[in-house]
Amino acid sequence: MTRFLAAVCVLLVAGAVLASPSVWREATAGEPEERAGQNREPAGQGAERKGETRSPTAKSDVGTVNIAILLQEMAQPVALKELDVFYTDVGVQGARLGVEDNNTTGRFTNQAFELREVTVPIGGDTVAAFKELVADGSQHIITIRLPADDILRLADLPEAKDVMIYNASAQDDRLRNDDCRANVVHLIPSRAMLADALAQYLVKKRWKRWFLVIGNEAEDPLYAEAIRRAAKRFGGKIVEERAWEYSTADVRRTAQAEIPIFTQGVKHQILIVADEVGWFGDYLIYRTWDPRPVAGTQGLMPTAWHHTHERWGSVQMQKRFRRIAGRPMTTIDYAAWIAVRAIGEGATRTNSVEFGKIKDYMLGPEFRVAAFKGVGVSFRSWNQQLRMRILLAEPKSVVSVSPQVGFLHPVSEMDTLGYDAPETACEFE
Amino acid sequence: MGREKGMSCRTAWGVAFALGVGLAAPAESATVYVSNEKDNSITIIDTETDTVIDTVPVGQRPRGLIMSADNTQLYICASDDNRVEVMDVETRKIIHYLPSGPDPELFVLHPDGRTLFIANEDDNMVTIVDVEDRTVIDEIPVGVEPEGMGLSKDGKVLVNTSETTNMAHFIDTETLEIFDNVLVDTRPRVALFSADGSQVWVSAEVGGTVRVLDAETRELIKKIDFEISGVNDEAIQPVGIGLTRDGKYAFVALGPANRVAVIDARKLEVVKYLLVGQRVWQLAFTPDEKKLYATNGVSSDVSVIDVEKLKVIKSIPAGRFPWGIVVKP
Repeated sequence: MTRFLAAVCVLLVAGAVLASPSVWREATAGEPEERAGQNREPAGQGAERKGETRSPTAKSDVGTVNIAILLQEMAQPVALKELDVFYTDVGVQGARLGVEDNNTTGRFTNQAFELREVTVPIGGDTVAAFKELVADGSQHIITIRLPADDILRLADLPEAKDVMIYNASAQDDRLRNDDCRANVVHLIPSRAMLADALAQYLVKKRWKRWFLVIGNEAEDPLYAEAIRRAAKRFGGKIVEERAWEYSTADVRRTAQAEIPIFTQGVKHQILIVADEVGWFGDYLIYRTWDPRPVAGTQGLMPTAWHHTHERWGSVQMQKRFRRIAGRPMTTIDYAAWIAVRAIGEGATRTNSVEFGKIKDYMLGPEFRVAAFKGVGVSFRSWNQQLRMRILLAEPKSVVSVSPQVGFLHPVSEMDTLGYDAPETACEFE
Repeated sequence: MGREKGMSCRTAWGVAFALGVGLAAPAESATVYVSNEKDNSITIIDTETDTVIDTVPVGQRPRGLIMSADNTQLYICASDDNRVEVMDVETRKIIHYLPSGPDPELFVLHPDGRTLFIANEDDNMVTIVDVEDRTVIDEIPVGVEPEGMGLSKDGKVLVNTSETTNMAHFIDTETLEIFDNVLVDTRPRVALFSADGSQVWVSAEVGGTVRVLDAETRELIKKIDFEISGVNDEAIQPVGIGLTRDGKYAFVALGPANRVAVIDARKLEVVKYLLVGQRVWQLAFTPDEKKLYATNGVSSDVSVIDVEKLKVIKSIPAGRFPWGIVVKP
């Protein structure tokens, strides 16, 4: 079994005894008894305190939360851009930063966070790797690059009963609807959320005539379906749908000749492309018959994170990430970072490292994590999808952020993106 | 029409004032310094005329601003240059730099006039600098993304907030030890002691609240929530705090809600919301506390609030993304 685990490494950055403080509490009125006996020496006795709090006694009080990250290796897509960097550590770097952040806080709460990283090679046995992690005591397991079916396979294992799976990469809407599971939370936006975010902006711009171009990969029809749903919800009109016909051709040298013909004769305002792998989407830009912009998986892209996102304090997040990873932060890194921070927030607020307490708090109404989106992110109770603002980005700038002003919702405007409570097909057992 | 004419006369007077006799300003006139985060400049405003008298280029991403103890120097957190710049307020030139640790954001000066406590947002540290020797004395490890810096009047207790850890760290400035950590609401931005030293006010940008803590016991006295009709709760993001010396009012900048909340500081209840510019961030009073200035990041201006009448009386254009603010008496 272990031969499938290409790399198992344990990062322990406990640091619980690095700093002086051993005292913490929440500033809420009405629980004075909890605070009795806590550090209340008058100022000036700090030297003594220093000795005390750095003593080994403090160390033994440290509670530890194990977080695991399970990465399924994938082949670099043979897309058109060999020059693009393909990161093999997506998500892992985000989780590492999250653990570092949690441990900084943990110094004040006597909590330590430990990250176990497991990479399963292509064709490897994710089920075996998962079981091994659970047997080893992991209950919070982040999954990266695991397809929807694999996530379900893990979630339905008897071993997964007291486990929470943090899906940080699968965008499938079925995982948030018919195939939802009580032991799976989704940190990455679903395709419906992305499509809705784009649709709101286009409707607001009054660019309502959409030309949908669909790629040949298995995920592309799912993206297209989300776009159709968004058109219906927000009043866009898909005036034409075309399947990408050059399924086996490499259009690198022929795009200028082929794409005008392929896009000819459609009275549209914007072309929306569904090409998740990136076979051809970039080659539509500037080559359409009519001078029209491109959006979707290329061009103007809805996304949870972008390397040019700089609002709401995110500049320093981008910098912190680059410092540890040596590369820009990806959406999957962002999702994995939130997963770890959510666990950390649960541990801090409940003053506990217990799985059940953290989970209940995380899924409860009080939970919020500041995730550089201006408003806190939290989980939708009906399908355990993280609600968040979605960026609309082009390669060098963030063009807009959805939900757009004016799309109203009685509870949270962020719930105008994706499947809302009345629409959900998710039923937890 | 008459009013407009009056204004332009005052503007002309302001310019003349700035050019000619600005350096020998009468005692009642004060000067406002505003850091323009995306413009790498400081806007200088005269409080008598409420007009811009100068705009001075400084280091990259200027944010927190404070005055030296003798009011002859302006300290500027140049976040992206990883240093504090020191401006001579007479010549308006940067005369030297202070070390700051990476990404300085907000800071406070000890009553000794020498010891500067700087929050390093990027580094989970509070850096302590001697402004005379221009050296780093020490560092205190704190939570993730430290920002807010409140210092008790006697300089003995420093309160630092950390935005991702969501705590107010109480630090003994003699031993440099953290003696208490109080969990507050999400993304705490500013910590401020009341004038009588009995309370610490902590704003939470994402939590949407202000917590008033007892400075002695660190217990919560009250959590203040904000509700503005027609404004989504998610837009209410408390950041800057201003507390009057008489203990009568607290003002809280509510970010993208584009309002400054006026709080009865005795009852700890919101009495009014003042409409200001877009994404209002930090606040500063004139020395006589008759006027309050608020930086509006998105609309690139500074709102002037009449503290007695509780009215916004003027908007002054600044540079791009005004952030920090300080008033020199």
